[in-house]
Amino acid sequence: MTFTFLILAVIILGSALAAALRPNLIHCALLLVVSWLGVAGFYLWAGAEFVAFAQVLVYVGALSMVVLFAVLLTRQSRAELRVDAPETRRAVWAVIAGVAVSGVIGTAVFATKWDSAPVTAPEITVRGIGLELMGAHAAALLLLGVLLTAALLGAVVLAAPDRPEKEEKS
Amino acid sequence: MIAAALTTDSFLERLPVLARDTVTGLLPVSWRWLAGSLLEIIAILASFGLLFAYLTLAERKILGRIQNRPGPNRTGWFGLLQPFADGVKALTKEDVVPAGADRVLHFLAPVVLVAVSLLGFAVLPFGRHLVAVELDTAVLYFFAAGTATELAVFMAGWASHNKYSLLAAMRALAQLISYELPLLLSVVPVVLVAGTLSTTKIVAAQGGWSLGFIPHWHVFTPWGAAGFVLFMVAALAESNRSPFDLPEAESELIAGHLTEYSGFKYALFFMAEYFGMCALSGMAVTLFLGGWGAPSALLEWIPSYAWFTAKLLVLLLGFIWIRATLPRLRLDQLMKFAWKFLVPLTLLNLANAAGWSLTAGWTGPLQLVRWAVALSLVAVPFVVLGRTLSAGSAPRTYRFA
Repeated sequence: MTFTFLILAVIILGSALAAALRPNLIHCALLLVVSWLGVAGFYLWAGAEFVAFAQVLVYVGALSMVVLFAVLLTRQSRAELRVDAPETRRAVWAVIAGVAVSGVIGTAVFATKWDSAPVTAPEITVRGIGLELMGAHAAALLLLGVLLTAALLGAVVLAAPDRPEKEEKS
Repeated sequence: MIAAALTTDSFLERLPVLARDTVTGLLPVSWRWLAGSLLEIIAILASFGLLFAYLTLAERKILGRIQNRPGPNRTGWFGLLQPFADGVKALTKEDVVPAGADRVLHFLAPVVLVAVSLLGFAVLPFGRHLVAVELDTAVLYFFAAGTATELAVFMAGWASHNKYSLLAAMRALAQLISYELPLLLSVVPVVLVAGTLSTTKIVAAQGGWSLGFIPHWHVFTPWGAAGFVLFMVAALAESNRSPFDLPEAESELIAGHLTEYSGFKYALFFMAEYFGMCALSGMAVTLFLGGWGAPSALLEWIPSYAWFTAKLLVLLLGFIWIRATLPRLRLDQLMKFAWKFLVPLTLLNLANAAGWSLTAGWTGPLQLVRWAVALSLVAVPFVVLGRTLSAGSAPRTYRFA
């Protein structure tokens, strides 16, 4: 079991590191997908089937497309896909941002009290997941919905042409 | 697999399981699970590989008949050896890689595509005792496995270093993302009514007959019929089949992401398309057409896998027929169709199915009300949406003809 975990950790961290270091943006995006797949594998290893497949569906299926679209729509040519070596200012800001994010996540992890007693895995049904989402976590679900709707509207505003196109003469 | 249930079945029904157990019985106990899984993988690869070979022939033959020409008829009897001749040709052709191509991605794209398109077969119940992997979240797994095809198409388009390929890849991304939504939303009602994500349990939920000859398949309910049609339309788009074959559009994009592929890599793309088509059709059979269930209690003596195969073949022939009948959509029509027509209809269908499962206890005249409401919830939005969206574009006038 530990051996599987180690392999998964190497895949996740290795591909993430490679994604950060590759000069080609498309390669970075695809390596990020490998990393996400590794995370899904970790969920499977931990026995959370539902979360694992949802992770693949959302991250590998949808989010990767968003990333690739963003890369392709914002670059004019293949030459622009290369990322230059970081200048000092950018590197400093990147380190600050990284430390801040890992600080927030780290505090959250260490502040949580973990059950040390072995928990028996609950029987998971679709109905159970639905009731959990609609009951205890309804607020989070609604917030996510609002966030995604806002993002969608923002995307439409950014993508829509400034003035309506002329009606095509039939 | 439960031994008690096995003994009551007919010999033909038990045959595949018996064959597997005989072979694995020759090995020591600790090796049996591995050998059993390998045998299942080999069986799936062999049967669907052969199905793929003859599906290509059937497609060319049927398209030929529909277009009033004989189709391939020179290799073997009636062209029966044509798929193998094609295979040899693909294997012996030169493999051309463009000079500016991203060599690794160019190689990986077809490999990833075929590997991913095969994953879905693992959870399809081909017969009463024939499912390779029994998962509690099988439906989710199936669609999660399918999503990576988009990535592979993109890899192919981008790595080729060709403007047509890249254009096609962008088109493919937009199309696959857009049709993923109605595809998944048309499955949700089935999960809602059956109350499970397991494919075997969904098939079990459709067992039994009313009056001995009307099977309890989901397709025979109003929401199920609508869901089935919506699912098949989305499946057509997801597997890049005509009339949704814009990504490879020969006339405008010279075969799109396939432009820079030749030889066996090209054949792999073809293979993946047919595997995807088979897997999605198999899922449609499982979700809506009662899986391996017989249509009548009198016909139960025919083994379950034969019923599954028959239903699968009917759906595949439908795919071919549609390809021969409908012209290709334009990109804006494609997007409009997904977002303005399919998505609202699937959402309404979801509500319809929810109402259907809430009113499951209604009997007598109330049953009629239930059917009438459900049917009108399918028909009215379809007509209204269809009329509104096609207003002004039909009937078409040909001014210069």
